[in-house]
Amino acid sequence: MASQSTALQHHFENAEQQKDASTIGMWVFLVTEIMFFGGLFLAYMVYRQAYPAAFASASNKTDLWLGAANTTVLICSSLTMALAVHYASIGKKNLIVLFLVLTLLLGGTFLGVKSVEYHDKWVHHEIPGANFECEGCADAQHASLFFACYFGMTGLHATHMIIGIFIILYLIVKARKGDYGPEWHTPVEMFGLYWHFVDIVWIFLFPLLYLIDRSGGLKG
Amino acid sequence: MADHTHHIVPKRVYFAVFTALIVLTWVTAWISTVDLGRMNLVVALSIAVFKASLVVLFFMHIAYATKLTKMIVFSGIYWLILLLFITMEDIWTRGWMGVPGR
Repeated sequence: MASQSTALQHHFENAEQQKDASTIGMWVFLVTEIMFFGGLFLAYMVYRQAYPAAFASASNKTDLWLGAANTTVLICSSLTMALAVHYASIGKKNLIVLFLVLTLLLGGTFLGVKSVEYHDKWVHHEIPGANFECEGCADAQHASLFFACYFGMTGLHATHMIIGIFIILYLIVKARKGDYGPEWHTPVEMFGLYWHFVDIVWIFLFPLLYLIDRSGGLKG
Repeated sequence: MADHTHHIVPKRVYFAVFTALIVLTWVTAWISTVDLGRMNLVVALSIAVFKASLVVLFFMHIAYATKLTKMIVFSGIYWLILLLFITMEDIWTRGWMGVPGR
């Protein structure tokens, strides 16, 4: 199996050109992902500038420290992913598997914390719809727009992570067979790009969704 | 073409980037509780852009990538900025003209 995958395909000049083509293809995909999330970021910007008070008070309903802790978990998973790619490039089979498993566990932890937060929103009727409530919100009617953005953006982000977790499982199976080494580990490296991209989306979601007007300055 | 694809980033680079990302996460969370007025948003977004740049350059190896790959990344960010800013220019300036319904 490994020898088939490492084989240079006839339409490439050499292994390096083949690798460059994969890298470029992956980045073109990530550019489409930027635009995919970009639409949601745009909707968020338009509504936030239209209803600043509603967004400020609704944002204060999120758990700041749980969000910061979850950001930390995701950054740790980015480090373990970078190390998995590193060990793939120097051909340390057991360490590739170890760091892929750690990435999987940290990704699972992130989703676990996220589900606790979603449950909290459910209990407090903070999900947009007929039963929406926002206790003590400045502009409860438009606060539901904040939560629509919150669930839309974190939901799309979480969907990407769930897809990522299935791909990690596949990579772990392949890595255990010894398919990845210094001469060929393109799938590990390309998945690393995807995983770091998902991390970057969260790096923007955290301040935009959790950190609006935490000091209460807008009210004064 | 230069020897790009065999470039192995030293582990200490990853650990340095990781440390910066963790520290900045907690700095941005803490500083949001300090009242800086409109600057709160500017500070939060500046930290986010800096963190994202670290991830792109080092975790995603763009600092060591070919020019073509760099160009593709740049074009993606450029189009995102067009999307966000041209739309917001419209939204921000509508009030100037007294458009009905605003």
